[in-house]
Amino acid sequence: MENKTIRRTHLNEIHKKYGGKLVDFHGWELPVQFESIIKEHLSVRNDVGLFDVSHMGQVFVTGKDARKFLDWVNTNNVFKLKKGEGCYSHLPNGKGGIVDDVINFCLDEERFLVIVNATTTEKDYNWFLKNSKKFNVRVENKSNEYSMIAIQGPKSLELMNKFVPEILKYPRFGIVETEILNKHCFVSRTGYTGEDGFEVTAPNKIIVDIWEKLMDLGKEYNIKPCGLGSRDSLRLESGYLLYGSDIDDEHSSYEAGYGWVVKLNKGEFIGKELFEKQKKEGIKIKLTGIVMEQGVPRSGCRVFKNGVEIGTLTSASYSPSLKKSIGMGYMPPGLKVAEEVEVEIRDKKVKARISEIPFFKGGVFFFKLN
Amino acid sequence: MNKEDLKYTKTHEWIKIDGNTAIVGVSDFAQKEMGDIVFVDLPKVRAKLEKEKQACVVESVKSAFDIYAPVSGEVTEVNSELSNDPAKINQEPYGSGWIFKMKVINPSEANDLMNYLQYEEFLKTQSH
Repeated sequence: MENKTIRRTHLNEIHKKYGGKLVDFHGWELPVQFESIIKEHLSVRNDVGLFDVSHMGQVFVTGKDARKFLDWVNTNNVFKLKKGEGCYSHLPNGKGGIVDDVINFCLDEERFLVIVNATTTEKDYNWFLKNSKKFNVRVENKSNEYSMIAIQGPKSLELMNKFVPEILKYPRFGIVETEILNKHCFVSRTGYTGEDGFEVTAPNKIIVDIWEKLMDLGKEYNIKPCGLGSRDSLRLESGYLLYGSDIDDEHSSYEAGYGWVVKLNKGEFIGKELFEKQKKEGIKIKLTGIVMEQGVPRSGCRVFKNGVEIGTLTSASYSPSLKKSIGMGYMPPGLKVAEEVEVEIRDKKVKARISEIPFFKGGVFFFKLN
Repeated sequence: MNKEDLKYTKTHEWIKIDGNTAIVGVSDFAQKEMGDIVFVDLPKVRAKLEKEKQACVVESVKSAFDIYAPVSGEVTEVNSELSNDPAKINQEPYGSGWIFKMKVINPSEANDLMNYLQYEEFLKTQSH
């Protein structure tokens, strides 16, 4: 590791206890896997898995204009959220790109929680501060106070029924505030796997106890601790975006195939006119899926059609559910599903076909997040 | 293959030399480090191999790993079973998970490879 401080989550010792293989993930020491990425992946598709997602950030927005402010900085309609509801959304940068992809939760009329990506927490917080000046709101970054566990997979319902049963009354993207071990916590019905699942946001000091409680309650459902490896393969199969790879300050929601998070019929929001223009004029590149017959492409691999370079993969991996490798990258729009292309892997051009996104539709919640 | 009878490289390949022919695979430590193996880009039969140069590539879910030739020579056979079931390397790295066979040009090139006990000692110096 170079000359930089590595950050550890409050579950670091737990990962070691369960045999996690720890790696440096954008400055955070997190387990890439425990026993096997494939086994962890399949346990989430079939049973239930636990993930440490404490590197994610929590930004609280409170005050009279909280709703109006969040509607201004988001592409999705945050204004209409009622208490206990949430939505996936993009934060437009006003130049046609995206600051981050986030989930906004309405905790109360004037109190919202925004879950932001780990690598962009400071960026988003500063972006909120910069854009909140004309609003009567308070923006607080409490990422250092909270840890987060994701409980994902079809058996997560039975497990949560024994832990925080009230969350089962909520649909996808619902959130409840509740006491766990006498501490104020947030439990939402969200995730990044394409399966039904939940995320618990809790104060750092009780996160180890929550993890162990869930491991204990989950025994009868074959619960497994899961690492970043399966988190990535699960989200890619389900067509979920990874900020910094698939979307960034240079690409728009339309280009990413996520036009449904842009609500042009809501009130004003940052860069709305650019979205309107792009919707009218059409996009020149589109995030497109490929599936391989053989070989494992990685992000950065170039894609060719009839010998001409048409794009570069932004994400790619072996898909344990499909038992084939998959990837996505920006290519010219209009490529048809099953059309033949080539992906360059180690100087060799390997046959691939254009695929629909999501690649895997077996999960309960695929693609359309709301 | 009995792992105690094999020679090992610092890059975690094993080789069993018998006269001018040899079998090559990766060690148990290597398969654990790589994780779930999902594809083996096998060398071509008759490919010329140079000691310590790339011979083929093993892909796990998370990354690609170069496999180096323990000695110089020529590939005579590849384990085509790995095309259907690359996870054999995880399951039996010293058995059905062998990768290729080769004709060895100069068997004395193996003199600087480690024996099993030396390799075990060497692993203690490798950080996990």
